[in-house]
Amino acid sequence: MIESPHETGYNFAYLDEQTKRMIRRAIMKAIAIPGYQVPFAAREMPMPHGWGTGGVQLTAALLGPEDVLKVIDQGADDTTNAVSIRQFFQKTAGIATTTRTDEASIIQTRHRIPEMPLKAGQILVYQVPIPEPLRFLEPRETETRKMHALEEYGLMHVKLYEDIARHGYIATTYAYPVRVEGRYVMDPSPIPKFDNPKMQMSPALQLFGAGREKRIYAIAPHTRVASLDFDDHPFKINRFDRPCALCGGEGVYLDEVLMDDRGQRMFVCSDTSYCESRRAMGHGPVDASAEPAR
Amino acid sequence: MYVAVKGGEKAIKNAHQLLADRRRGKRDVPEISADQIREQLSLAVDRVMSEGSLYDRDLAALAIKQARGDLIEAIFLIRAYRATLPRLGYTQALSTATMQVERRISAIFKDLPGGQVLGPTFDYTHRLIDFKLAAEQEIASGVEAQAQPGAPMPKVASLLGEEGLIETASAADGEGDPTEMADITREPLSFPCGRDLRLQSLARADEGFLLALAYSTQRGYGRTHPFVGEIRVGAVDVEFFVEELGFEVPLGRLQVTECEMVNQFVGTDTLAPQFSTGYGLVFGHCERKAMSVALVERALRAEEFGETVQAPAQDAEFVLSHCDNVQAMGFVEHLKLPHYVDFQSELQLVRQLRKDFAARPAQGAEKASVK
Amino acid sequence: MNAPNRPELSQDTELPLMQVRGLTRYFGARPGCIDVSFDVFAGEVLAIVGESGSGKSTLLSLISAQLKPDQGAVHYQMRDGVNRNVLELNEAEQRLLMRTDWGFVHQDPAMGLRMGISAGANIGERLMAIGARHYGDIRSAAQSWLTCVEIEPDRIDDLPKAFSGGMRQRLQFARNLVTQPRLIFMDEPTGGLDVSVQARLLDLLRELAANLGLAVIIVTHDLGVARILSHRILVMRRGRVIEQGLTDQVLDDPQEPYTQLLVSSILQA
Repeated sequence: MIESPHETGYNFAYLDEQTKRMIRRAIMKAIAIPGYQVPFAAREMPMPHGWGTGGVQLTAALLGPEDVLKVIDQGADDTTNAVSIRQFFQKTAGIATTTRTDEASIIQTRHRIPEMPLKAGQILVYQVPIPEPLRFLEPRETETRKMHALEEYGLMHVKLYEDIARHGYIATTYAYPVRVEGRYVMDPSPIPKFDNPKMQMSPALQLFGAGREKRIYAIAPHTRVASLDFDDHPFKINRFDRPCALCGGEGVYLDEVLMDDRGQRMFVCSDTSYCESRRAMGHGPVDASAEPAR
Repeated sequence: MYVAVKGGEKAIKNAHQLLADRRRGKRDVPEISADQIREQLSLAVDRVMSEGSLYDRDLAALAIKQARGDLIEAIFLIRAYRATLPRLGYTQALSTATMQVERRISAIFKDLPGGQVLGPTFDYTHRLIDFKLAAEQEIASGVEAQAQPGAPMPKVASLLGEEGLIETASAADGEGDPTEMADITREPLSFPCGRDLRLQSLARADEGFLLALAYSTQRGYGRTHPFVGEIRVGAVDVEFFVEELGFEVPLGRLQVTECEMVNQFVGTDTLAPQFSTGYGLVFGHCERKAMSVALVERALRAEEFGETVQAPAQDAEFVLSHCDNVQAMGFVEHLKLPHYVDFQSELQLVRQLRKDFAARPAQGAEKASVK
Repeated sequence: MNAPNRPELSQDTELPLMQVRGLTRYFGARPGCIDVSFDVFAGEVLAIVGESGSGKSTLLSLISAQLKPDQGAVHYQMRDGVNRNVLELNEAEQRLLMRTDWGFVHQDPAMGLRMGISAGANIGERLMAIGARHYGDIRSAAQSWLTCVEIEPDRIDDLPKAFSGGMRQRLQFARNLVTQPRLIFMDEPTGGLDVSVQARLLDLLRELAANLGLAVIIVTHDLGVARILSHRILVMRRGRVIEQGLTDQVLDDPQEPYTQLLVSSILQA
């Protein structure tokens, strides 16, 4: 057992070693069957379900004293929940933390994949609210498990068909379902579909934890991850028609920030670490007229 | 301005400080102690203990204090704490038949061996605000009486059982080796699930949710024709079998509330008509909860008795997946977390859809152009 | 009728498409179905008739593998020509059979359709379930099947909710026919419809079955429906088949007193 250097009373990284072993076994199984949801006996964590208890349990089971942890929520390191989770591990494990994507060995995320490509050896831990991609088509767990077992995914395409028939394109913008290694259909957590292509053949290990629903699943490094689509309506991502107003970054996901009550808004990088590192390298607004009012 | 939308560590710290301040309230009012909560708000303590699944009145009282009286928040504190406790072993099954009874009533027999013992109950109070309580006053100590002192108090179910009128617990219910019992805190719930997992889930389920479901069965959504066979509240011994010693040693006592509902069952081609049961057992004195558990438990056995499953209270996946208030409060309240990345995607989509809508030709022409 | 042609099958037309042998099923002490045996050939319409409670719906559930019998076998000549006992297929195989080579038309369209999604998606679902991934192709298949069942193709994006009772039944046909099944089960498909709507539906059914070479097993309490549609007929009473034969023969010259009673009650009505 690793001694906790910090807060008294709790084990290193909060969870007891038995629980960590149970979670690691579930992780191993999940890696062996990419995209398959492995049930595990999630514990009650000291933060509410839905606030990242699945991700926190994965991170707790993975952390060693040498790890460097980055936590983001909505792409940002300084959103309240990211701060709270980062502090939790600083307190219970005393490990080093960072906001830089390239420095982190473990990145816990809610709703985004960092803009900077991940490297081999890094682990991306997703917080997942509803792990079952078929849930809103079929509410019953007994039935959805059967559908996965028998690879009955027709209903998923029925939904996409309806979108196209109604709107002319697939109107799912986040939590866009993917098929992993040609087998399991998987919910990538509520990341914008903009981030979906980053999962494909990533050299990093991607782990997904749903605490309330008690499921862990994984995408092993270098695994095929295809977003569901039709041959004649291929998967497309939403591009922004402007660069980041702060760093001038293009081809990145932007947050829309309301500036006043007269409809003034600006668009800035959702990945704050990426934005800061670009600005540190001397990049700035592309167009002077887009300069934010400060 | 841009920075303002990001939370930051300072905001969290300030919020926590403010919370502590509000918890204390006006400083000229004396601070409440956990002891006072434990002794004087004991039913709240019992609810936190039973839904928190940890038998510790002091801790439950402290949790209530810390949670400013928000019981679900207090239950959550207890749950999170208990999750870190090591699992040393499993005790022998509790024997409620040998309970040291403080209250015991049956609605199906006027009198019965051991008698009816009302105990401390609101049942026959008039719900009139007692203004005298606003002032401190001396309260005389209660008279504890047993109807027939010293007489054994057999379980009502066992009285009926002698005639074969009521089902008896089967081996499938988990009688026997306690280590073979499922453990809701150590394995995920999966469906279909056995009676052991079902009863464990219901024992820690939200009282309000179960109360409403139980009520719905009485109003016809999954009728079970229930009678209160017996409710007993009292202390039971906890015994632990020590391998090295070869015998059971007592670890202490728990106060529990047990409810056995007796329900109509007309039988099938293979089963003779007999009464069936719904069962509820919870920590502390939580009578309404124990009754609700027993009613819902029986409703959930519909399939077992060949009854048509059509009401919410009969649907195990529905009931057991949504009965835990710690899970429910977390997921409902997580909507407060920022969702602006997803919302941004939706914004883009709605703008696109509106653009398409404005640009579309007249209704008739569009229909014809669909290929 | 411009239905697409069915792919080549290695089908032995000499052998029955389905052979039912000794099917028995009790519900507790009550018999649902006792020792029922019969054959169905490709392209043949077989009617199962009887009063309610006679066991005809139980029989339909048994042969369509939705209910397990206590005894008996249901042999089916699969698309590859191999004869298999349907009851011994695993669940994945049964489900595949159910959504490709078989169809099921329910009396209540809400059971056979997804009422919350468009007609086009209702028809396309089976195609997507077996791997169709070209939106345009799925859509044109849906349109051509709508035409086949006499629904205007421009109703393709409407919900079944917006359809009349007769149209919903026709949509059920299209939804089933899109994978070009060889056998369709039908449970009182005209029940609850107006007489004029019924007549039109029966016409369409007869035409479809003939043109597509469909085998149909139809359960009905209505001897009139059986006479119009079926080649052969099974009469059930108290779980047993009491008489079977060519439809005209059985209805014009019933041998069993019970069948005679059934037929005469129709004539009187």
